Amino acid sequence: AAFLLNDGTKNGETFAPAKDQFQEELVIRPLHSGDIYASFQFRTLWDTDFLQEGQKKVSHYRLFPKSLGQVLSKFSVQELHISFTQGFWRTMQWGQPFIPSPPGAELWVWFHDTVSDVDGNWKELTNVLSGIFCASLNFIDMTNTVQPSASFKPLGLGNATDHRFLRYATLPREIVCTENLTPWKKLLPCGSKAGLAVLMKSEKLFHSSFHSQAVHIRPICQDEQCTSKAWELRQTLNVVFDHYTSGQGKKEWSLFKMFSRTLTEACPLASSSKVYVDITDNPELFELSPATPLLSQAVVLGDRRTYSVYDLTRAETFGQLRSFNLLLRWKGDNMLRPLLHAERYVAGFGLQTGEIHTVIYNNHPYRAFPVLLMDSVPWYLQLYIHTLTVTSKSRDNKPSYIHYQPAKDRHRPHLLEMLIQLPPHSMTEVTVQFERALLKWTEYTPDPNHGFYVGSSVVSALVPSMVAMSTNFTQDQPLFSSFVPVKEESSYFVRVYTEPLLVNLPTPDFSMPYNVICLTCTVVAVGYGSFYNLLTRTFQVDEPSPPLAKRLANFIRRIRGVPLLA
Amino acid sequence: MAAPLTLLLIVAVTIRAVLFRSSLAELISERVEVVSPLNAWKRVVEGLALLDLGVSPYSGDVFHETPLMIYLFHFTVDYAEIVFMVSPYFVDCLSCLLASLDRAKIAIGSNNLKSDLLFNFPGCLRHIISFSTCGLNNAIIALFIFCTLKGSALLSGILLALATYQSIYPLTLFAPALLFFLQRLYIPVNLRRSSFWCFTLQYAFIYVGSLVVITGLSFFLLGSWDFIPSVYGFIFSVPDLTPNIGLFWYFFAEMFEHFRLFFICVFQINVFFYTIPLSIKLKEHPVFLIFMQIAIISIFKSYPTVGDVALYMAFLPAWSHLYRFLRNIFLVSCVLLACSALFPVLWHLWIYAGSANSNFYYAITLLFNFGQILLVSDYFYAYLRREHHLTHGLYLKKKDGTEATLVLK
Repeated sequence: AAFLLNDGTKNGETFAPAKDQFQEELVIRPLHSGDIYASFQFRTLWDTDFLQEGQKKVSHYRLFPKSLGQVLSKFSVQELHISFTQGFWRTMQWGQPFIPSPPGAELWVWFHDTVSDVDGNWKELTNVLSGIFCASLNFIDMTNTVQPSASFKPLGLGNATDHRFLRYATLPREIVCTENLTPWKKLLPCGSKAGLAVLMKSEKLFHSSFHSQAVHIRPICQDEQCTSKAWELRQTLNVVFDHYTSGQGKKEWSLFKMFSRTLTEACPLASSSKVYVDITDNPELFELSPATPLLSQAVVLGDRRTYSVYDLTRAETFGQLRSFNLLLRWKGDNMLRPLLHAERYVAGFGLQTGEIHTVIYNNHPYRAFPVLLMDSVPWYLQLYIHTLTVTSKSRDNKPSYIHYQPAKDRHRPHLLEMLIQLPPHSMTEVTVQFERALLKWTEYTPDPNHGFYVGSSVVSALVPSMVAMSTNFTQDQPLFSSFVPVKEESSYFVRVYTEPLLVNLPTPDFSMPYNVICLTCTVVAVGYGSFYNLLTRTFQVDEPSPPLAKRLANFIRRIRGVPLLA
Repeated sequence: MAAPLTLLLIVAVTIRAVLFRSSLAELISERVEVVSPLNAWKRVVEGLALLDLGVSPYSGDVFHETPLMIYLFHFTVDYAEIVFMVSPYFVDCLSCLLASLDRAKIAIGSNNLKSDLLFNFPGCLRHIISFSTCGLNNAIIALFIFCTLKGSALLSGILLALATYQSIYPLTLFAPALLFFLQRLYIPVNLRRSSFWCFTLQYAFIYVGSLVVITGLSFFLLGSWDFIPSVYGFIFSVPDLTPNIGLFWYFFAEMFEHFRLFFICVFQINVFFYTIPLSIKLKEHPVFLIFMQIAIISIFKSYPTVGDVALYMAFLPAWSHLYRFLRNIFLVSCVLLACSALFPVLWHLWIYAGSANSNFYYAITLLFNFGQILLVSDYFYAYLRREHHLTHGLYLKKKDGTEATLVLK
């Protein structure tokens, strides 16, 4: 656990301990790889006794959540630790967490030594907790519960060392999602409306490498001599944001980027509300703004770390805009920006038409140079070359050379080659419209709704070089610099490939070839039948046929050779 | 007579001009029911752009118009709107003429001059404001019929050759035109008479000769015979399976590869197959034969559009006197109306919303073609029945004097 060393008591005065007290804190620890680790802790201290026999049942709850209080008193729980984790903590890359937790759900409980049927209490407790946290903790039963004899000693006060009163279970398969976060947030005194809990928005919290929320309840001493005891409820939430997935590759973090919110006020029910930023590696690794004069040192996990402290109970933390947003920017990212860069994407909607956009960036500050763009588009995306537009800096840029070979269905693809002059420090966009074809059912891949791939565009150019190059051919040049022959001193040949595209085509129903043939042939046959009837038959007056008896009589008469009836 | 006609024409011009300028024109010109790979305006523009780039428009698979279209549009591409506005009028005028011609022959019926112009609107509305060369093709066919009815064999032959050159299917109109001329010149259709063969050979010579001349001219435009596989090969072998209102696309999208050639032959023969039996049955009624042939072409051709449907529907008012003998007209009109409403809905659901699949659109295609077949066969039945009544009297009696019913036997 992290220990906080206060620099003196609050405002230098001693105060009688309140009946219940709430503290909230957020610790932000930047990691070397560019990721960032945020740890929330919310602690409620309550000077009451759930387990005292003969006393009136506790009924007036203020800061302590009633659901948990009732659970503690009903099942005679001494200590309760429950955690829900998504992801695995990577110790080698991230160091040690403040509050460790295994992936999935973990629950371990110390029952009071007055409990006679621990297993029964355990079963009921897991079901009740399952309801409180909307998790499937009801899967905890005797098949996955153990009673560790030495590993999980009580973290709070407790004279029960008999491990018969301890139960431990994990559900590694349990998934954590918004449904678990919402009841967890509801246990907080301010809910998710004020204080640090406003930062807990699920769409950002779950888009992370590691997410863990836990509830720890234990009895603790209120002072050094342990004259009075209190119940401590700690709710912790640890999250690690990956700078690739959440940070869009940039090593720069702010509260807004991490949580899509900024802080506007502390929880009014909190006696202390602080944000700590680990600045031990500052200023070499990153820079922090806004700066704060408050510093604090702490020894945590065997290491002395320095923290910048932001006290949210003070109004000046929020500044003029009344919102507090931290900004951490990693230094040392002065990679040389490439001079030529290209991207490609498909625009449009629906399965009929679309547009291919190719964007080419010239990042040279003052030199313009020509590039050769080659596009090879498969035949089933019919390009319309009259819709080709090339714009640079929102003005038309006519290519000086266009070679276009249109596609032949099922024989060859489209080939488009253009020589475009790129103005300095600009973005050039090439757009062309296409129509999607319906293919024969045998021409689709086994997974037709995945889409069809369009190969990368190739941008070839002679880019002006910052450094003069030698055109002499030497035998002992390293291999990496001798691939492309150097023809001129002032420019080098570069080839840039864009992204391939994935395009969906309309699909016929693959289960229906026989049905389609039958139905279409039926319609054609209906036409044929009607015309045949009308062409080969003539109109006649309908004379009703004579009744059966008469026909039979006529038949017999015909055989006899006698004249027939009318 | 002239005043209401001119008034109606002016109203028609105004409506069409307004529709052309509206945003509806762009929306409709993209719809698959209205344009097909053969006659889409977008493809014409693409072909001209390819020509400007120095590439032959026929080297790719996007342009399927004949070289004469390139000639025509190369100079008038800026005035394309006017061309498309003017061409449907030929169809209008023709249907007026047909109505008047039939009225002159048979003294039944009232003035349906206004009705046939009005009738054009629902049929033509969609295709006229679409930018597609179908309007031009229809205009050529309408002109051909006009010249035939006026009796000019030379012009008729040339225009028929032009229509055949544009899309092969009007070849079947040779027989009815020939029959009309024979009837007009009082030459009996008798294979042993030399006068019959004399005229037939003359007409055939005009027709084939103009066809050869036009094809030769097309060769000299681009200096190659590339246009033949691109245009006629395309019409016959149906490689492009873009959905349309016809029966071909889904059939060949789901066809087993082994039978593809067989069914292509079957479907293409199906279009030409009815010519000879119909000509034999209707040899005294060539005008109706023309109508039947056009209808059959519109239903069974490889890339039909609503423009082709509008072409034969424009002639329906000429046979408004058959109304009393039609048996299924209510059902047919309901089916056609419902299908017209459902086509864009199911297309949207398949292509844009993604909640339907191709089967929905295909089903409406089937129903639409079925309705068309029913319509055409109904009119054929009514025509034959009327002919029977003309010869045998309107109120028929059975042998015992009670009212008789007519059946086909």
